[in-house]
Amino acid sequence: MTDEKKKKIIKTIRIDVDKCNGCRACEVICSAFHAEPKYSSNNPARSRIRVIHEPLRDIYIPVYAGEYTVAECAGRDKYTIDGKEYDECAFCRASCPSRVEFKEPDSGLPLKCDMCEGEEEPLCVRWCLADALIYEEREEEVAEEDVLTEQEDLELGLESLAKKYGLKQIIDTVARMSKED
Amino acid sequence: MRYAETGFNLEIDLTRGNIEKVATDPKDTAMHLGGLGTNAKILWDRVPPEVDPFSPENLLIFSTGLLCGTPATGCNRTIVATISPQTQLLAYSMMGGFLAPELKYAGYDKVIFRGKSPGLVYLWIHDDKVEIRDAAHLQGMGTLETAERIREELGEPKAQVAAIGLAGEKRVYYASIEHGRSSASRGGIGAVMGDKGLKAIAVRGTKDVNIASPERYFELCNEVLKYIQHRAENPIKGVPPILAGIGSPQEMAIHDEKWHTTSFAWGNARHRRKDFWTKEIARQWRETQEKAVERLISCYNCPMKCGAIISYPALGVSKYMMKCYSKLTYVMGAMADDLEFGFKIAGLAQEYGVDGYTAPQVMAFAVELYEAGILTDKELPGFPADNQERFFWLLEKIVRREGIGEVLAKGTYWAAREIGNGAEAYDRNTIKKHEQIPIKLGMLNPVYFLMYSTGAKINITQIEGQMPQVPFATREEREEFVKDWIQAPNEKIKEFFVNWELRGENSFPYYPTPEMTCEIVEWQETMHYIDDAVGLCAGLSSFPIKPPYHIHNIPQFIAAATGMEMDEDKLWEITRRNRTLIRAINARRGLRRKDEKPPQDHWKKRFPELEAKLLDSYYRFKGWNEEGIPTRETLAKLGLDYVGADLMERGILADGEDAASAEAPAEAPAQKETN
Ligand code: SF4
Ligand code: SF4
Ligand code: SF4
Repeated sequence: MTDEKKKKIIKTIRIDVDKCNGCRACEVICSAFHAEPKYSSNNPARSRIRVIHEPLRDIYIPVYAGEYTVAECAGRDKYTIDGKEYDECAFCRASCPSRVEFKEPDSGLPLKCDMCEGEEEPLCVRWCLADALIYEEREEEVAEEDVLTEQEDLELGLESLAKKYGLKQIIDTVARMSKED
Repeated sequence: MRYAETGFNLEIDLTRGNIEKVATDPKDTAMHLGGLGTNAKILWDRVPPEVDPFSPENLLIFSTGLLCGTPATGCNRTIVATISPQTQLLAYSMMGGFLAPELKYAGYDKVIFRGKSPGLVYLWIHDDKVEIRDAAHLQGMGTLETAERIREELGEPKAQVAAIGLAGEKRVYYASIEHGRSSASRGGIGAVMGDKGLKAIAVRGTKDVNIASPERYFELCNEVLKYIQHRAENPIKGVPPILAGIGSPQEMAIHDEKWHTTSFAWGNARHRRKDFWTKEIARQWRETQEKAVERLISCYNCPMKCGAIISYPALGVSKYMMKCYSKLTYVMGAMADDLEFGFKIAGLAQEYGVDGYTAPQVMAFAVELYEAGILTDKELPGFPADNQERFFWLLEKIVRREGIGEVLAKGTYWAAREIGNGAEAYDRNTIKKHEQIPIKLGMLNPVYFLMYSTGAKINITQIEGQMPQVPFATREEREEFVKDWIQAPNEKIKEFFVNWELRGENSFPYYPTPEMTCEIVEWQETMHYIDDAVGLCAGLSSFPIKPPYHIHNIPQFIAAATGMEMDEDKLWEITRRNRTLIRAINARRGLRRKDEKPPQDHWKKRFPELEAKLLDSYYRFKGWNEEGIPTRETLAKLGLDYVGADLMERGILADGEDAASAEAPAEAPAQKETN
């Protein structure tokens, strides 16, 4: 079984930072799309994309929320760009215990870009009229074991959360959230 | 739950250091929407005409628009309102950028400042946490630098900051409030902020903004985005490039400045330079601009890129952000042929925080007075010989109110009267004591005559509207234009346009007729009052030709966002109410018919009789008396009976309605200086 290959669609978003104008439309629409019910609210702090925006240093970098990590990185590097020093974390995609990026502002639950499940084209791409975000699909063959099922994906996420917050707090939070609904 | 708005204002008493979060009345939203509308209501209720602009009782209101923070493209305006030290009337200025949405996400619709802080402070809003913090260490610091410092000391790189510079602290009558690439510049709003001892406001918000009908709202937003793309591919034919697109005038992207430099006046609104735009200048200016502009940038949730990062180390100014026309105002004021000068002085002026329209005109005025011998080396010791150097010299004096700067800091109107000795004749480009863009044209344009004379923005660059300003040459072109003119409010307006000729019977100044003119003005004004209440950028709505937002789709946006019942008629009525309330605020502060006029030489050909008739028709159309004061009946119809009662009590309206009443004070008294 391990040798079997499977076709998988790889969805990518090509980011052209030179075209980004810092408008944050991508953050607006991402958070609106993921609201419950859809579009019923928006809040860039819940977005799964964020634009690192330092106009005076010509830094305009859209970053997508990636995987949750259980623990923060052990060693961290520094970048110096246009005279200002940045922690490596500044440009990292991970939802990580060491910072507030890519977490729900109230519950602290991690956020991850899901490529707008169910939509033909990611909404951040559609709303970026500056063409800084370009959607591409390609087919790739991957070993089957690499394809995580949704269930596995969920479990992995929950595991990481449990490590950070403790299983009890996660259960309480989920209970509270379902009551709010 | 409240939709689109948060339902809360912050009340900040700077004298006592008190902070209160106050729930607002949904009835006020129904009556006035938000933004400018509810600002006006608060100012009417709480700032009587006896209150001096520089008194603790004056209010300074930072307001979001009703739809700011929703996904509607370009809905990001902060509407700042107060009583102006320069005009003594209501001043309001709309600032783009990122502040208003952030304030919504923090959970507030407005921040209302009253009182005066004993020392310099700034306000820090982080969701429910609101603090007044010491700003002594920021005293005298530039506007951009202040914002950077505040973000750093708070450890909040995402905080949005609006700040004043030295000019605001010193209460220069045309001090601005600067926010990155945007500013609230007109009317001396920054001076009131400085008078209150408020250096800056910093905001970070992480809460939701709710939408009443989500699917519908999303659909409307997508339609607007589609239309923006459509307009990008279909510029308007037959107008100069600067007017062909949408957004704020695309000054940062477009190099071709032939239209501005050859049709606007240079110096102290005096000289036309019809031959200025030579090939050589075009080449030099293109080169300079390309060197200076590092990147084109947008406001919150807008693809239009009207601003730019200006990076030009060789000029010795640090990086800053610029938008629109300030690239030319200093150049033309100083009669400089060199665009580098413009980029250099504008950067410095922005750090000091002065209005890019008024400041260069005050400087040009001073230069003229010097050349005429009214100001001499006695008043201007060490005044350089070179015009560009003179501008730098004057800027330093003005923002510090040193020497002649003390007088010039009040703007041309007040300075001219203080200097005397014939200086009044050089105050030649103000309306209601406020400097205007220096446009000098030939034939009276009745539409713009009314808009300039009566507009409450007191600012002729910001009241332009969706109707082309001059007719197209042929009937075919005009017919072609109206074919997809979905923005026109009705068929009548289209007909006015189609029949409008460059020459002959149906041309300026007698066409459009006063009656038609009133309807055109009413429509163009209405669009601005809508934008300023909901927080839309004028560049996508009231200002350009064929914009994505218009009278037919905005009511649907409001309805879907807020859940309020809304249609065109209702929206029209609300804006009429807001317009009339603002009129009443100003009437109560002494505004009368005699103040309603454009600069004397704005048009070479003037028609006193026609102009009187235009004003009469317009006042009648609005339900105002012949002094331009709303009648009791008009006020009652708009649900503003209490305003009518107050105007009666003060003797501003008399019984018998239409009659003009007690003479207003000939001139508002000069400001008290309390420092
Ligand atoms: S929508 Fe596009 S241009 Fe705007 S911030 Fe996002 S990536 Fe940049
Ligand atoms: S692809 Fe969808 S989920 Fe991912 S950042 Fe863009 S809008 Fe958000
Ligand atoms: S059109 Fe221009 S000025 Fe208006 S919101 Fe968009 S970027 Fe800002």
